[in-house]
Amino acid sequence: MGADVSPSLVTLRAVSKTFQTGTRALDNLNLDVRPGEFLTLLGPSGCGKSTALRIIAGLMAPTSGQVEWGGVKPELGFVFQDPTLMPWASVEDNIWLPLRLRGQSKAQARKRIDEALALVGLSRFGGAFPRELSGGMKMRVSIARALVTRPAILLLDEPFAALDEITRFRLNDDLLALQKELAATIVFVTHSVFESVYLSSRICVFTNRPGRVTQEIVVDAPTRDSDFRASALFGQTCQQASAALERAYGLEGAI
Amino acid sequence: MKRLIEKLAPWLLFAAAIGAWEITVRVREIAPYILPAPSVIAATAISDWPLLWAALLVTLRTTFLALLMASFGGLALALLFARWRWVERSLFPFAVVLQVTPIIAIAPLLLVYLETDAAVLTCAFIVAFFPVLSNSVLGLRSVDRNLVELYELYGASRWQQLRLLRLPAALPYFLGGLRIGGGLALIGAIVAEIAAGSAGKGAGLAFRIIEAAYRLNVPRMFAALALISLTGIAIYVTFSLVSRLLLARWHESEI
Repeated sequence: MGADVSPSLVTLRAVSKTFQTGTRALDNLNLDVRPGEFLTLLGPSGCGKSTALRIIAGLMAPTSGQVEWGGVKPELGFVFQDPTLMPWASVEDNIWLPLRLRGQSKAQARKRIDEALALVGLSRFGGAFPRELSGGMKMRVSIARALVTRPAILLLDEPFAALDEITRFRLNDDLLALQKELAATIVFVTHSVFESVYLSSRICVFTNRPGRVTQEIVVDAPTRDSDFRASALFGQTCQQASAALERAYGLEGAI
Repeated sequence: MKRLIEKLAPWLLFAAAIGAWEITVRVREIAPYILPAPSVIAATAISDWPLLWAALLVTLRTTFLALLMASFGGLALALLFARWRWVERSLFPFAVVLQVTPIIAIAPLLLVYLETDAAVLTCAFIVAFFPVLSNSVLGLRSVDRNLVELYELYGASRWQQLRLLRLPAALPYFLGGLRIGGGLALIGAIVAEIAAGSAGKGAGLAFRIIEAAYRLNVPRMFAALALISLTGIAIYVTFSLVSRLLLARWHESEI
């Protein structure tokens, strides 16, 4: 009744989602996203965490429950698991797309496009075509496209799952740097315990399908670098998250 | 050296076949009305050029007009099919019936109902239409689901989705359909000309073949036949080049 004064950017209240096939992806999910945080939804494959992200993005409507935005729904950026680029368009034109769809000419969008390219370190590749780029570079283009509208909240659906580990580590660091620079809120979906602990300020561990949040883990580390990866805190938190995951599996007896 | 031989081999083989033909005809003194030598066919093509050229123009005109109609008609119908499933379910059977019924069997009926020119054009159109239609439908349906969601996320209008996403995604398929349809339009035109058997100013290459057969002018039959083959090859090569030009930078088929 408007009495809620929670500082959340967005809150999912008792959200359930049942697909037409009868699959129950989410069951009574409660989740809030706070401004400026790096929130990770961690869970086994197919646990409904991507569905939750899509519901936040508005790509999908919940079967029941509410999605409540703290104020006006802010500008969103979405990054898919695959780069999802248009192969017939140059890197610049791919990044231009969100602004183009809103009626901006390329000249009008020029500054934003260059900015986004620079943010992901691809300034020299504006004229290249997606097939000329490596997997990691394509993912950077995908991120640049999500950033071009200057979103207040960035939603990423297992964006680095298909990349090799070295590329993934680099992109993890770049993503953290981006968040710092843009002061954006990030909601990140992954099934990797290590990735979640390294990146997040808060982790929500999902149960197996139908998904709910079974445990919340706060990662209180000021810096994220190779020292953090070697630290006791990192190890402990990973153990904690792994244990939560195992319990989540165990609840459903799905192993 | 080996690569040179590999490159030249097809041409050498072709030249050898023509040479063997020429020598056999000369040595065994085969009469031109049974099997004319290549040199005789070439001489006939030159001496009969005004007649053959006029006939070629008629056939070419039919072929390209039919192909033009098939391209626009096929693409337009494909757009309707891709937009509304029920339109496809209702109309596709008609397209299939037209496709599986041999055009030579339909031609006499069309000649009863239509003026000769129109009947010939309709035959060529019918055979060229189907590959353009089915390939375009396939292309319009082969759009990356995630890209569609991305467009929805940024509030793209239907028109934007069509222009910036569906049409470019369908382009390689459409061009493939055109390449097949081009050859078929020529075949359709020839078949219909033979069925029509019309003389006078509107006579195409196929009619010149029949006419020459009645007169036992076998060299002219061969000359007209060669012209038809060359036309078919030219159509195929042209569309292959167009396809390469349009897709070179991004589509797997042309890389």
